[in-house]
Parts: sequence; C-alpha cells; structure tokens
Amino acid sequence: MLQITDLQAEVAGKPILKGLSLTVNAGEIHAIMGPNGAGKSTTGYVLGGRPGYEVTGGAVRFNGQDLLALDPHDRAAAGLFLGFQYPVEIPGVSNVQFLREALNAQRRARGEEPLSGGEFLKLAREKAGLLRMDMDMLKRPVNVGFSGGEKKRAEMVQMGILDPKLAILDETDSGLDIDALRICGAGINAIMRKPDKAVLLITHYQRLLDYVKPDYVHVLAGGRIVKSGGPELAIELEREGYEAVA
Amino acid sequence: MSTASALLPTRKDEDYRYADLSALERVWPVAVEKIDLAAEEVRELVLVPEGRQVVRQLAITLARGARFDLRVLNAGHAYGRVGLDVRLEQGASFTLGAAQVGGAAQMLELVTNVVHAGRDATSRQVVRSVLGGQATGTYLGKVMVARGADGTDGAQSVRAMLLDRTATANARPELEIYADDVKCAHGCAVGELDAQGLFYLQSRGLRPAQAKRLMLQAFLAEAFVGAPAAEDLNAAAVAALEALL
Repeated sequence: MLQITDLQAEVAGKPILKGLSLTVNAGEIHAIMGPNGAGKSTTGYVLGGRPGYEVTGGAVRFNGQDLLALDPHDRAAAGLFLGFQYPVEIPGVSNVQFLREALNAQRRARGEEPLSGGEFLKLAREKAGLLRMDMDMLKRPVNVGFSGGEKKRAEMVQMGILDPKLAILDETDSGLDIDALRICGAGINAIMRKPDKAVLLITHYQRLLDYVKPDYVHVLAGGRIVKSGGPELAIELEREGYEAVA
Repeated sequence: MSTASALLPTRKDEDYRYADLSALERVWPVAVEKIDLAAEEVRELVLVPEGRQVVRQLAITLARGARFDLRVLNAGHAYGRVGLDVRLEQGASFTLGAAQVGGAAQMLELVTNVVHAGRDATSRQVVRSVLGGQATGTYLGKVMVARGADGTDGAQSVRAMLLDRTATANARPELEIYADDVKCAHGCAVGELDAQGLFYLQSRGLRPAQAKRLMLQAFLAEAFVGAPAAEDLNAAAVAALEALL
C-alpha cells in the first residue's frame, strides 16, 4: 500500500529525514517509535503534504500513485488520513458542516455520489458513538473549546467518517487519560483493523500499543529507520530506552 | 429625505479621507435617508446595497429605550460606501453587524458616527472585512459619549482578513468621551488566513478554495450573529466570497 524509499526532507533548510525507507502492506499496523527530534512528526507531515516540509530526495508510492505529486486534498481523496498531534481549532466552522463537505469533496474526487444531509448525519452518529462522543459536540466548531482528549477523540471520529485506506496517526496517545486512551484504541481497531486498510502509528510510548497491537515496530533515529522488529521491540524499548536498543 | 451639503467633500474631511472622490462625484449629492425610532420602538433593517457605485448615508435616531438592529453587507461594488449617523437617547440600544467583501480594485467603506446622547444607552458594532486583489476596505467608526451620558456601554469589534498582500484594510475605531461612568471597548485586527487551519481542512479532503471559503464564511458570519435574517445574509456573503476565490 505504502512504499517509502530513501525519503529525504528538510524544514526551513534543516535536513530532518535522511533516507527513510519503509513498506506498509494492506492489513498491517506499523508503529514508528523514536526519541524527540528523530523526525517522527516530520514523517507524518511530509506524507500529508504540509507546506514548508520540503522533500529533497527519495520517493513515496501510495497504492501505485506518486504520493508526493499530489496536493493534500488529493492525498485525502486517494485514501490517506493524517491524525494530528495537535488538532487545529477552526472557529465558527461546525464539525458537521466541515466533515460533510470534506467527505463529499472526497467522494466527488473519486467519482462517487455525495451523501445527503440525512445520510451523512446517520453516518456521523454511528462513528461518534464508536468514540463515545456526543452528537452535540459535533455540532460545535471544530476543536474549539475541546479538551486534549476530546480533540483526539474527534480526530478518530473524523477518521471513522472519512474511512481512509491508510491512517498515519501522529501521537494520538498524547494528552489522553487512561479511559480516553482505551476508547481511542478501540476506535482505531474498529475503524482500521481490516484486511484492506493499514495504519502507521507514530508514538513515543508503548502504552497505545497495548490497545492497538502493531504487527511491526520501527525505531526512527536521526531521520532514518535504524531498527525494525515485531511487537516485542516496543516492550524492549520501553524497558531499555532508545539509546540502549537503537 | 433631506439633502446633504451640495459641496463635494475633500480629503481633508476625516470621514472621506479614504473615499474614492471621483466615484463620489458621480453620485453626489447623496440624499440622507432618515430613520427615526419612537420611544421603546424595536426595529430591524438589512441593508445590502446593489450597483457598481453605491453611496448610502443614513441618519438614525433612537428615542428613549428604542432598539435598532442594523445588518449591512457591503460587497461587490467598484465603490461602495455606507455612512451612518446614529444618535441614542436614554436607554436606547443600537446593534450594527457589517460585512465587507471586495476583490479586484474595489473600494468599500463603512463610516459610522454613533452619539450616546442620553444615559444608559448601548451600542454594539461588529465589522468583518475580507479583501483580495487590490481592494481597499475601510472602517472609520467614532463613538461619542456626550456630557452626562453616564452608564454608556459602547463596543466596537473590527477585524479584516487580507487574502493578498496587495489588498488594503483601513480601520480606525475612535472614542470621544465627555462623561465619567462609561464602558467603551474597541478591538481591531488585520490579518491573514491561518495557514495551519487551511492545511488541516485540506488534509481532510477540501480543495484549497473550499477550505478558504469555509474559514472566511465563519469569519464573516460573526457580523450576523443574532440577526433574524442571519441565514440569508450568510448565504449572500458566501456568494460574494465565491466571486473572490
């Protein structure tokens, strides 16, 4: 599904990714772990197409397409979802309006019929229920006045509604208490653990991986993958630290 | 209707400092539209001027305890000017919500003079402008609190969003206070669309123009909060935005 080959990228002229290679197949969940400054968030932003994150070398194929040639909205329509570490507040724009427009924009780009208001609300209610989120919250402006945990749950509701093929989740576990962590973990499993979908979890800690069991764990350090293994690698990292292991 | 001075204003006239004088000359003299509210009277007005060159000048008086809700959409004119002279007697309440949307070389102006003549009157002004191309949007707003008009509560919130570095926003909220017990607040900001917010919306599948429209629509809607005709005004504002994006 996703083939990253020798990816190099810089931010404000400073090289961050220095030859990152990674392959993610359908049906797999990968975790990228690593110390601060390793390039974890940069990886997410580069794949999402955030302005200011300059690709200077390498290639990324996503389901046969050149991902890096697509604009952010076309990446979304192609089935990529980027979960933000810090979801952005958009005053005045309700979640419901935003998500309906976003979903229908994606559907149109794929040549599918847009959903009616009623169909959309039914879908939104179902996905909000999955994350135990009140529909009233979805009528409020995007992320405005939401607690850290509510923002992350709202991100997962967005993911459920948009139904991507590949989710790149950047520190979805940060700012979550234990209950919210469990709810988000269950949400990720329910939405994304399917034979035709894949997940790239970017995280500092092992704790999210207790709920969303990865098939592969990679250690990112100095802008490239320095070690890969199975789920046991995460436990080893937690116990021994990055320096000892990688 | 009465007629204003037949003499064309000049740049030295503060209220016309940024005006398009040649456009003004074509429509001069401008008839003043008078609106007088009787004591305790409650009224609303939605003003959406039409035409290439439009200049509207309103003189509004609010007698004791009267309430007036005015919403303005000043959009799409080569030159569009709305001037308001408002006088509030004791306990009166005046609400102005105005949106200006301009592109190309359009010039849009809102000039208000609000006089708190009696005690305990309230005025609220919310002005939101979205300007692209070489457009200029101006708000000149003076709140004058007369001697003895204690208990005055006046607020001006003025914000402009520039879509291009070539667009211009002029904003000058002004207070002139001759009473002691007065609450007057003004806020003023000129900015650009939040790049982070735009990327966030695009990452969910919205095209860049769609993402901008959504954010700008929300921004302009602040001028129409609480208006009975808010839905129609928002729709008209979106239509004006579409022409810009």
